[in-house]
Amino acid sequence: METMGFFNRLKSKFSKKEEEAKTYKEGMNRTRQSFTEKLNDLVARYRQVDEEFFEELEETLILADVGVTTVMDLIDDLKFEVQRKNIKEPKAMLEVISEKLVEIYYNGEDESISELNFQADGLTVFLVVGVNGVGKTTSIGKLAAQLTKEGKKVVLAAGDTFRAGAIEQLEEWGKRSNAEVIKQAEGSDPAAVIFDAIKAAKSREADVLICDTAGRLQNKVNLMKELEKIHRIIKREVPNAPHEVLLVLDATTGQNALSQAKTFSEVTDVSGIVLTKLDGTAKGGIVIAIKNELNIPVKLVGFGEGIEDLRPFDAHAFVYGLFADLVEE
Amino acid sequence: MAFEGLSSRLQETIKKITGKGKVSEQDVNQMAREIRLALLEADVNFKVVRQFINDIKERAVGQEVMESLTPGQQVIKIVKDELTNLMGGSQSKIAVSDKPPTVIMMTGLQGAGKTTTTGKLANLLRKQYNRKPLLVACDVYRPAAIKQLQTLGKQLNIPVFEMGTEANPVDIAKKALEYAKEEHHDYVIIDTAGRLHVDGELMQELKDMKEAAKPDEIFLVVDAMTGQDAVNVAEQFDKELDITGLILTKLDGDTRGGAALSIKAVTGKPIKFVGMGEKLDQLEEFHPDRMASRILGMGDMLSLIEKAQATIDEKKAKEMEEKMRTMSFTLDDFLEQMEQVKKMGPLDELLSMLPGANKIRGLKNVQFDEKQLKHIEAIILSMTKEERENPQILNASRKRRIAKGSGTTVAQVNRLVKQFNEMKKMMKQMANMQKKGKKGKGFTFPFM
Repeated sequence: METMGFFNRLKSKFSKKEEEAKTYKEGMNRTRQSFTEKLNDLVARYRQVDEEFFEELEETLILADVGVTTVMDLIDDLKFEVQRKNIKEPKAMLEVISEKLVEIYYNGEDESISELNFQADGLTVFLVVGVNGVGKTTSIGKLAAQLTKEGKKVVLAAGDTFRAGAIEQLEEWGKRSNAEVIKQAEGSDPAAVIFDAIKAAKSREADVLICDTAGRLQNKVNLMKELEKIHRIIKREVPNAPHEVLLVLDATTGQNALSQAKTFSEVTDVSGIVLTKLDGTAKGGIVIAIKNELNIPVKLVGFGEGIEDLRPFDAHAFVYGLFADLVEE
Repeated sequence: MAFEGLSSRLQETIKKITGKGKVSEQDVNQMAREIRLALLEADVNFKVVRQFINDIKERAVGQEVMESLTPGQQVIKIVKDELTNLMGGSQSKIAVSDKPPTVIMMTGLQGAGKTTTTGKLANLLRKQYNRKPLLVACDVYRPAAIKQLQTLGKQLNIPVFEMGTEANPVDIAKKALEYAKEEHHDYVIIDTAGRLHVDGELMQELKDMKEAAKPDEIFLVVDAMTGQDAVNVAEQFDKELDITGLILTKLDGDTRGGAALSIKAVTGKPIKFVGMGEKLDQLEEFHPDRMASRILGMGDMLSLIEKAQATIDEKKAKEMEEKMRTMSFTLDDFLEQMEQVKKMGPLDELLSMLPGANKIRGLKNVQFDEKQLKHIEAIILSMTKEERENPQILNASRKRRIAKGSGTTVAQVNRLVKQFNEMKKMMKQMANMQKKGKKGKGFTFPFM
């Protein structure tokens, strides 16, 4: 029996999870428009799959911020696939490309790599890190709101004691999500705030503690050492913690995201990515490179300003979002 | 430093071609291919890369190079010229209105660094141009954004105009202008909420604000780490608002900053300022030619000299120079030097401006923090006068005493002495270089 095409498989997969498919589809409207438009244009202009076609395909993928190395690997894979399956029609390539993207992303693992890790009973601790301005505090606020809604007791630690207004911003989110915020004065030692917050979370028997940290550029050695200390304290004070170290990435970030993921991992063992601001025209293709080169999966994606716009990541749904028009055809 | 990756890759590429007495078309093609990859990895926009490479190729295989006596050097000059062009050619100054106040509007995506840059810009206007700026808080959406601007205002002692989160940003801007006229402010900087370039409603709000405030400058604040999408964002903002300039932020990261550079090429709008650090005085005017030199590892002596002039006492500097030349430099001078340099800004940033500094072993990953400087200060102050003048006499027992006295460890004392000796060695190199003219060892000036 001829195996079902990848797009058909996607279609049947999401016929049961319509809501999920819809969120991705709508959230990635603009991304899809600019990305698929380019691909469609590409396959329409070529009569056959040749070297020139691959060159333009390479450009399109690089424009989507899929890392240069990953693109080169992908193109090699695709060339091989084209030979194996004897593909001549450029249009048939779209399905191969999307299947390959998912394959590279999962790399033999299954969807559970995207799930957040919670402590079965007792306190779960999430540490949230990233460079300046990616949306750490906002993502924490949204995640907290969702967790409280699920009935969990959430405590937030105001570990960004550096940026003006950061503590107030987290407090505002605390109010909105009904989570208690543990804080100290601006300029105080963030490690001490986290320590306090752990004590508080334990004594209040909270389910989840989410630790905010100040944004820091990954090449600032001293700031990274500060983060290392925070990580160490969490590890020491709570067994199995931190259950997640989430690196927040702005989807508009380019190749530098790889350097961010690498360096933050070195000091804190990053376990997952939160990809924010995907509702613009950015493609966020760099997450594929990050998974491919550093094996760090995406756990959450942000499609907009609303609390519910922060969603669990699903690579199939992501590709569905990218190629929705073709899948549904 | 910013552009580090781009810089080292380009330098490697051009190194291959520098010494060549003959440059064939094949050499140029090979170089072009490598430059292309380096630029792409640095997030420079695809179309910009293509144009850039074509321009270089065209000039490099043309007469300009072939007839030159030093073709290798000539090619590099072309790369530098084109890179300078890419970033805007000459420096572009901030607008001054005939009828004060000059109004500046800050726009951009969320998280680009608008609010922080608003504060930094006000600080720069006051410090370098002797202006009296007013900050206006028009970000009524993000929680605590107003509070953030107020805190910055308090730190800088610059007034902030706000009307809370309930008011309409357009009204706030209008009222702020009236207020500025009454209070005789000559610059008004309006902070706006971050928004996506595709958010019709919020873009309309910016247009309304533009209509109401008639700004002399509309800056698009761009995160230097932005990828290929930077061009889309900038084109859209420019289309809607006709921006007047760009401010690049977070250039102190290890970003290659390429996409941000392409924005200039695509919109034709100049980069006016760059954010070089988290501190409020770390916003600089942008000089395309100097940045191009820095990227190609040719150093940026002009910026360094300007920085030094702005902060260092001339008389003391002369004395110091004399000491460096005659090698009579002591730990006391080291301490004094440290104080002076501390005023100039982070040491790693200063080093990045030195031509060839990135080639000096061990300097690459040097990072100094204030605490470390304090330790050094304590160590030196715990030494006797004799020891400071001649650190050679430091034996184990003296070092133990110093460590105890300064609350540090012997290892730290050792490290300082080593650093001091290395610094002396560096000075010797520099002094030799001055004597011998061009042929300095370790330091190469490609064009001098």
